[in-house]
Amino acid sequence: MQLRTNRNKTVLREAHDRMSHSCPDNSAALHGVPLGGLTRGDKARIIALDEAAVITSLAPGELERRLIEMGLIEGAWIEVLHEGFPRRDPIAVRVDDHTVALRRAEANAVIVTLEPGGIHE
Amino acid sequence: MSKEKAPRVALVGNPNSGKTAVFNALTGARQKVANYAGVTVEKKEGTFVSPAGTRVQVIDLPGTYSLRARSPDEAVTRDVVLGRQEGEDIPDAIVFVADATNLRQNLRLALELKSLGRPIILALNMMDAAEKQGMAVDGTELSAELGMPVVPTIAIQKGGVEKLLAQIDRTIQVAQSEGWAPMQAECGWSEPSSRQLRDFSREVERVLARAVYAPARPHKATRQMDRVLLHPITGLTILMTVLFLMFQAVFTWARLPMELIDAGISGLGTWLTAVMAAGPLRSLLVDGVLAGVGSVVMFLPQILVLFFFIQLLEDSGYMARAAFLLDRLMGGVGLHGRAFIPLLSSFACAVPGIMAARTIENRADRIATIMIAPLMTCSARLPVYTLIIAAFVPDTKYLGGWVGLPGLVMFGLYAAGIVSGLLVALGMKHTLLRGAREPLLMELPAYRLPRARNIALALYDRAKAFLVRAGTIIFWMMVLVWLLGSYPLPPDGATEPAIRYSIAGAIGRALEPLLAPIGFNWQIAVALVPGMAAREVAVGVLGTIYSLSDSGEALRTSLAGVLAHSWSLPTALSLLAWYVFSPQCLATLGVVRRELNSRFWPAVMFVSLLALAYGAAFITYRLALWLTL
Repeated sequence: MQLRTNRNKTVLREAHDRMSHSCPDNSAALHGVPLGGLTRGDKARIIALDEAAVITSLAPGELERRLIEMGLIEGAWIEVLHEGFPRRDPIAVRVDDHTVALRRAEANAVIVTLEPGGIHE
Repeated sequence: MSKEKAPRVALVGNPNSGKTAVFNALTGARQKVANYAGVTVEKKEGTFVSPAGTRVQVIDLPGTYSLRARSPDEAVTRDVVLGRQEGEDIPDAIVFVADATNLRQNLRLALELKSLGRPIILALNMMDAAEKQGMAVDGTELSAELGMPVVPTIAIQKGGVEKLLAQIDRTIQVAQSEGWAPMQAECGWSEPSSRQLRDFSREVERVLARAVYAPARPHKATRQMDRVLLHPITGLTILMTVLFLMFQAVFTWARLPMELIDAGISGLGTWLTAVMAAGPLRSLLVDGVLAGVGSVVMFLPQILVLFFFIQLLEDSGYMARAAFLLDRLMGGVGLHGRAFIPLLSSFACAVPGIMAARTIENRADRIATIMIAPLMTCSARLPVYTLIIAAFVPDTKYLGGWVGLPGLVMFGLYAAGIVSGLLVALGMKHTLLRGAREPLLMELPAYRLPRARNIALALYDRAKAFLVRAGTIIFWMMVLVWLLGSYPLPPDGATEPAIRYSIAGAIGRALEPLLAPIGFNWQIAVALVPGMAAREVAVGVLGTIYSLSDSGEALRTSLAGVLAHSWSLPTALSLLAWYVFSPQCLATLGVVRRELNSRFWPAVMFVSLLALAYGAAFITYRLALWLTL
């Protein structure tokens, strides 16, 4: 590993700042759209998690925690990369630095706002 | 340090973090696979000698995203780390293996582990890939922010874990001099709430902002490849092609080594016959042990080719894509996309396949997967298929010799198993198992070039397990079957082959009326009984029966040749159909009982498979009779 000493962290400052937006606020859900409704190529940012919006076999709170564990958390940048077959389900979503596959049914618990500009690169 | 007890280090990490590669790099071939007490989770353990000369024990724990265990595998990781696992001492240190290209996702678990207050080392694995993707990280800063030593590793490179080895030495020394109490029981751990998880995430963002000054760009090649490989049309076409080529390879690649093993075994038999005096011992060795165990060991090449492909798909990252492509299609019959991996493993053997179903958290989804796993054609059925195909299917070539009729018939048999498995799953979805499906939340890892060393080590484990099985269970089965087939001895002046007078002959004749409607003769009936213990044994038994009931001349002709003359085509087809469903071998039923902790499900499995096998064989036999007359 090359350990450089000079630092230019402005890019990552942004990553830090964006976490301050993130509070699980249900009112935010009113202005967003569910991830399950997005199509391939859509870029967005997660504004809330609302597992009450979907039917799940899991215990209350479980789906939300699993989503967070897969990186689907308020403030994360996402892009729908691929759609499955048939009925364009499941979807492969880039979440920040990695890619997660999930079904549209559960993706509806993730509330996003479309950001055509997309992920900073 | 205490002389008698080697320090223990546990490897923890997300799935796909290259944890197993680190484990292989640390231990080399000094590893063994066992089971944890009381559960069926595989325990991978090994040892290495650190640069300071300490012998260190290392355990490779199942990959997980959190200590909140969602499956039995993840529960083992949690329990070992917390020192709760029965029969396991709490590890002296944790090595957290993180995929350096994906720190945001990986570090959350590192923080959760750190909160346990145990000695922990962060290994930034795949550092080479991360640098190639333009990532620049300040290791000192990262270490300071996280409050744990950080070392870069490139597990797949020679010398790529040297810094980790040195750090393990330091950590163990510090831990011992500071008098960590490794036996301390319950740590202050409770399942994190969603609020705590969000706190971990926020903390990760803070650390990253300070320590990472250029993020890793997404893996471009992965994205471009996925455009094709995850495309509904090209992706599914490629997947089906991969599976088809896999089965063709199992046939063609394994042929030469199989012939060599076969020749070696018959050579040994001829030699024994020449040097030993005729008698019960020679008969036991040649007709019992060599003929029986030999015909099973012969399939080692096929099993290795199959596992080679499975390991290749797993290591390259394609396995998750296959699950993605098949999720909706499998969902149509009520199966989880993750069921694909256990089911594909079941093509090698239902036992590891059923054990692999542990990655499916939901019990109903798991039961559905486990119940149809035995319908996937396991490699133990290959000997039977190969034998009958060799005897009855002409080796006609199509497409310029590239595709052969035997291969097509084999493909058909595999397809029959898959289709019936899907139908059974559909049936269960509407009857025994109703309810919502478990959500799919699966990482699609970046494609990586599989490493020969990792594949070789995995194959070595498989070969060892298979040969041990052949040397123990199958060996004793063969001795038993030889005893049943040789005693009591025929009366003086007997005209029929000797085996007709034996116990095996009696069992076969007793079963004959039951099996006559599906065209089985008493020889097949005799073979089916020990075939319950392990399916491939049936071929060995047929070998034993036909070599015992034939004169010395015919002994040298291959079994396939003998069968081609003594069975009718409808009988052969009926036996193939029987084996597509083939009531479970005892090992599978045992593992189902253990995995589901239930007697009900193995019983259901046994009865339903028996009914399916009999029904399919009956229809096939009658249809074939009608068509050939």
